[in-house]
Amino acid sequence: MIWIDTIVQGILLGGLYALFAAGLSLVFGIMRLVNLAHGDLIVLGAYLILMVVSVLGINPFLAALIAMPLMFGIGWVLQRVVLNRVLGEDILPPLLVTFGLSIVIQNVLLEGFSADSQRVRAGALETASVDVGPVTLGVMPLLTFASAILVIIALNQLFYRTALGRAFRATSDDPVTASLMGIKPASVFAVATGIAMIVVTIAALYLGMRANFDPTIGPARLIYAFEAVIIGGLGSLWGTLAGGVIIGVAQTVGAAVNPEWQILAGHVAFLVVLLIRPRGLFPRAYD
Amino acid sequence: MIETNGYTVQTRTRASQLAGVAALILLVVAVAVPLFASRSTVQDLFFILTMLTLAQFWNLLAGYGGLVSVGQQAFVGLGAYALFGASILWGLDPVAALILSGVAAVLVAVPTAFFVFRLQGAYFAIGTWVVAEVVRLSVAQWKSVGGGSGTGLPREAREFWGVEAVAGLFDVRDSAARDIVTYWLALALAILTIGGIYWLLRTKRGLALAAARDNIEAAKSVGIDALRMKWLVFLVSAFGTGVAGGLIYLQKARISPDAAFSVTDWTAYVIFIVVIGGIGTIEGPIIGVLVFFALQSLLADFGSWYLMILGGLGIIVMLFAPRGLWGLISDRTGLQLFPIRRRLHRTHDKKGDTHG
Repeated sequence: MIWIDTIVQGILLGGLYALFAAGLSLVFGIMRLVNLAHGDLIVLGAYLILMVVSVLGINPFLAALIAMPLMFGIGWVLQRVVLNRVLGEDILPPLLVTFGLSIVIQNVLLEGFSADSQRVRAGALETASVDVGPVTLGVMPLLTFASAILVIIALNQLFYRTALGRAFRATSDDPVTASLMGIKPASVFAVATGIAMIVVTIAALYLGMRANFDPTIGPARLIYAFEAVIIGGLGSLWGTLAGGVIIGVAQTVGAAVNPEWQILAGHVAFLVVLLIRPRGLFPRAYD
Repeated sequence: MIETNGYTVQTRTRASQLAGVAALILLVVAVAVPLFASRSTVQDLFFILTMLTLAQFWNLLAGYGGLVSVGQQAFVGLGAYALFGASILWGLDPVAALILSGVAAVLVAVPTAFFVFRLQGAYFAIGTWVVAEVVRLSVAQWKSVGGGSGTGLPREAREFWGVEAVAGLFDVRDSAARDIVTYWLALALAILTIGGIYWLLRTKRGLALAAARDNIEAAKSVGIDALRMKWLVFLVSAFGTGVAGGLIYLQKARISPDAAFSVTDWTAYVIFIVVIGGIGTIEGPIIGVLVFFALQSLLADFGSWYLMILGGLGIIVMLFAPRGLWGLISDRTGLQLFPIRRRLHRTHDKKGDTHG
């Protein structure tokens, strides 16, 4: 019975990793840009929510709603001012610029909020749980998982049902032809990064409510997100969820065997998938 | 130098000949530094030389091989732990164990390459990072070298080869003698690294490497095995980075997994050194490490501001001068201290005209 519980907890944890990964996947899908500062942007979002909560004294979910447009703005400006300049054939500039950005964000947060670990308080929700058959599920992990599914559905709808989504897909396929059709790739990219930052804010909300965070934890979140994207196969959001679940289950099972093996087990699962299915479980894009 | 029909292929320039002479003078001074400089100067120079070595190998990977790794800390840490393991468990002299540091790094680099070469571009970068994390977490389980909390170098191992002789010769304490011996080793390693990479780039393999970097499809079409070049630079870099890691921790004489596998210390700094100095050149990392050291000395008291400025500077250089400081200098002056470009010179008929 303990194993069923472990695995279910792992699946729910996978929802969090899918949330981390969805923004990364979105940006990569549209402009082939891997943002090495993605994890740090999630942590930045968590601090933003924390600030709104402590200044206005409101519920974290409302605070996240306020943080979303701010994060959209940050993403939009970041893309317009910095990232659009480094897109192109050469992969080195975007990598090095986002790596630099990662270091800058970490140290700005360190300077602004100190190295003390923080937490977004969510009151009774933190400990609430429901009994489902033999296992007891926390309400917070369930909410996280449900949010991950909603985010993926919303992104898929956006991609395949709206004019903006059409512009995204067109620019992704061929920016030159898309611009002949009156689409400005630079603006499309800026909006895409803005939307990715909204997803980042949702990820940040759960990151902040579920556990302590400090300015240095971003890179580890980036690695989990990246592993989920690769396991799922580039370009598939549902695949990303599956990837997150695999990492999550590997981590909880690893932790059940030996608490020191939690993180290691997740990484090993990733390497095993890479060995067996180098292009991920549900590959769509060819890169 | 190949001579056909009155033409010769040359890579040497006047600047490079002058640089060679200057380098020889500098080398004599550098070897003699412990005679007149303070212990803290020797330690600073050790730091500069080891960072320079790491930067040269990262530059070989990313600048010439097109392999942007964010996981070089795996090889620094492995090299360091191999040295500590060999001295603690087998009682091997740490200086001799430096070779093992490189070997250990290569032994892990082979399966690593097998995994990460399946990933392209940015995914390669994060793939190497994941492997480095796996190595760090695994080493933290190794209890006989202190597990997660680390360990110190045992007393016998601190009296490694050369320490007693230097202590007697310079009339200094053993701890200062250790700094001097490790400084000389770092100097030798840095020179071997720069010389070795320069030699490699001037050979046929170096030409293949540059061709594969500039245009992989075109390079393949003239018969270059791009994958083999990748393996070559990856394994060479792993070996060198491993030896440098062993040497760095021989000087520190204390190790822990979090420090030895630190992504900031052994990869972020190194990347900034190369980017700010100028990626894809041998001169770049040399300039970069000097700028890096100057910034660190100036801003050491400002903590996180230092890293913010370093990161910001890296971004600005990448955006506005992607070939770094050396790129700016060599564009303005045409200067090349380590020329690898092959130029055709006419040797016969017209004597004055040397530009073919």
